[in-house]
Amino acid sequence: MELKTQPFVLNVGPQHPSTHGVFRMKVLLDGEVVVDLEPVFGYLHRGIEKLAEGRTYTQNIPFTDRFDYLASMMNNLAYVLAVEKLARIEVPERGQYLRVVMAELMRISRHLMAVGFLTNDLGAMMTPLLYMWREREKVLDLFDMVCGQRLTYNYMRIGGVSQDIPPEFLPAVDRFVAEMPRFIDEYDQLLATNEVVLARLKGVGILPADLAINCSCSGPVLRASGVKWDIRKADPYCGYDRFDFEVPTGTVGDVYDRYRVRIEEMRQSVRILEQALRQLPPGEVCAKVPSLLRPPKGEAYARIEASTGELGFYLVSDGSIAPYRFRVRSPELLNLTVLREISRGWKIADLIVIFGSIDVAMGEVDR
Amino acid sequence: MNAWDYFVNLLPNVRSSFVEWLQGLHLASSLIVFLDSLIGIILILLIVFPVVMAFIWLERRFIARMQLRPGPNRCGPFGFFQPVADAVKVLTKEFIMPAKGDRLVHWVAPILMFFAALMVFAVFPIGAGPKGAFSDLNIGILYVVAIGSLGVIGIFMAGWASNNKYSLIGAVRGVAQLISYEVPMVLAIVGVILIVGSLQMGEIVGKQTIPYILLQPLGFLIYFIGALTEINRSPMDLIEADSELTAGYFTEYSGMKFAMFYLGEYINALAVSIIVTTLFLSGWKGPFLPMWFWFTLKVFGVFMFILWMRATLVRLRIDQVMAFSWKGLLPLALINVFITAAEVLAWDSWMPGWESFPWPFVFVNLAIAVVLIVLWAKLFFKPGGGRIEAGGLRDRYSQGYGVNPQAPVS
Repeated sequence: MELKTQPFVLNVGPQHPSTHGVFRMKVLLDGEVVVDLEPVFGYLHRGIEKLAEGRTYTQNIPFTDRFDYLASMMNNLAYVLAVEKLARIEVPERGQYLRVVMAELMRISRHLMAVGFLTNDLGAMMTPLLYMWREREKVLDLFDMVCGQRLTYNYMRIGGVSQDIPPEFLPAVDRFVAEMPRFIDEYDQLLATNEVVLARLKGVGILPADLAINCSCSGPVLRASGVKWDIRKADPYCGYDRFDFEVPTGTVGDVYDRYRVRIEEMRQSVRILEQALRQLPPGEVCAKVPSLLRPPKGEAYARIEASTGELGFYLVSDGSIAPYRFRVRSPELLNLTVLREISRGWKIADLIVIFGSIDVAMGEVDR
Repeated sequence: MNAWDYFVNLLPNVRSSFVEWLQGLHLASSLIVFLDSLIGIILILLIVFPVVMAFIWLERRFIARMQLRPGPNRCGPFGFFQPVADAVKVLTKEFIMPAKGDRLVHWVAPILMFFAALMVFAVFPIGAGPKGAFSDLNIGILYVVAIGSLGVIGIFMAGWASNNKYSLIGAVRGVAQLISYEVPMVLAIVGVILIVGSLQMGEIVGKQTIPYILLQPLGFLIYFIGALTEINRSPMDLIEADSELTAGYFTEYSGMKFAMFYLGEYINALAVSIIVTTLFLSGWKGPFLPMWFWFTLKVFGVFMFILWMRATLVRLRIDQVMAFSWKGLLPLALINVFITAAEVLAWDSWMPGWESFPWPFVFVNLAIAVVLIVLWAKLFFKPGGGRIEAGGLRDRYSQGYGVNPQAPVS
């Protein structure tokens, strides 16, 4: 008797514990091996880009909170930068520094989540994630102080930030900056010296640099492949050129390198935070901007180095109070486009880990 | 027999007294055997279920503490009645049956797994003497191994009957793991059996002047890893792999049918803790305190070690698990059997009475274990990798297959 084997299609998602939201993959499996894969997007599509065309520029800021809901400050920042570029508004020094402080705190929190959820995808029973969560809570407490919110901050304003920091914020953030390197070292040591973690991460899901560039990847996914590309260095905004920091890169482009880059970026973020807090100038936090802003006709594209990559907002103004076109360059969507290429040939367990290492929040992928 | 001695070996003595009382009644001997068996079964159930409840509670609280959270703390003091609340919940839940599933097999699977898990307890000695175990079979450990691998049939039936691809992958993984790990596991037990010279569980404990974890460090490691795989505990919990397969083989189970799998896994964990205690940690033996106390202490200690691993380790991949067994554990187990056999032969002929002073052999065996493990780790294993080359796949699936039939795999 001859036994015949046949590949079969496994439907991973949209409801699946490891799809980080509602993402669906149609996976063709040969036993456990992923032969082919088709990502299906759009389960969280809310039409924000269209909705934004019917609201004023200021009213759109809360929408941006809902893109990458784990990094709302970053989305706020990218959007207001685009509006400021469109309306040619100068931001006061203190406002710029506060933006940098918030963005870097957000980056630490987001990377903590990325590493934590990666270990969860690896099969650790929540333990590393909950320790990461503890540190993230501290960041959320800091944001709670400045804007009263813990998830959707709506803190950035066109021309600066909504309000100045309260007096108790600076000591708290100093304490956070002082103790954070120790925690990062500890977590890195616990994870990166674990033989089982290494066996699951090293050499898995290799993304070659040329493929990463061709697929327009950005952020840690691109840098892990060895491409030194960071908007904070390449196209500085908010005065990032005033700070001294490194751009960590990987060498192989595997899942381990992506993990490594994220850990290193957290260390660099702490460095930036230290400098920004030391140099924090006094003064206004927000420029005088009319509440009903009518930018001149034209278009503007502003981009920032969000925690997941190059987050850009492209705005077209027709001179009215609402944007004529509101377009988001979503780094997570573009990073996800390489998923099929880098996960083929790996086991189903690796597919989950590779997907986790790309680090997406479906709110931004589907918008 | 004074009161303290009675208390020290409590449960077996209770059973002995019961049998003596029955014999005093001048009943037919077959009836006495029947009643003795009945009381044994009831005792097993009375002990196993509370202990499993305690395990569930311990797992939730202990892991919660490791994860910086309080764990269940609403039901009773320290949340101790949480398992009871869980039981009430699962008992009142609906049985959901997949539309195209195999109804009969879907029903039989959890029952099979549950009772296979329970049956093992017949031979575990929890105290000294002929009544120390429900039935101290002279092939005790063989019985444990044989019954212990029955449960996987239930797992495979569940995966098949659910008509769900996740369940099926989980079930196939379960069978693959069992086949791979049963061999080194049994070979690791053989080391202990060679030293003792008996398969009887009571005698294995009785002969241990020192815990055999010291005389058989390599055997202990191999057995423990194999056992972890067989009871689907981290880092080998691939069968239920919640991040990959949602819930593995019991994805389609609900209500009491699910609870039977759930309880079955804890009963298996208890069984493994007891086997490790019996074979490698000198069972109920210990100074000063009652036998049942030492036994319980060791069993809970082993279980907490398993919990600790579950809370800290990530999951291995299926090919790594397989390779670890066939390339690592199996050769090491064979070498261990060979060395142990040679040692037993040598000690018995050259140094009769070595058991009263076994420390030289402890150090020799420890050194051998360390050298072998380091050697194997350096020679055969390197972290990472494991891709099936896409080129080969492309050749195999160049025509006809693809997620989307319109777009063939390039």
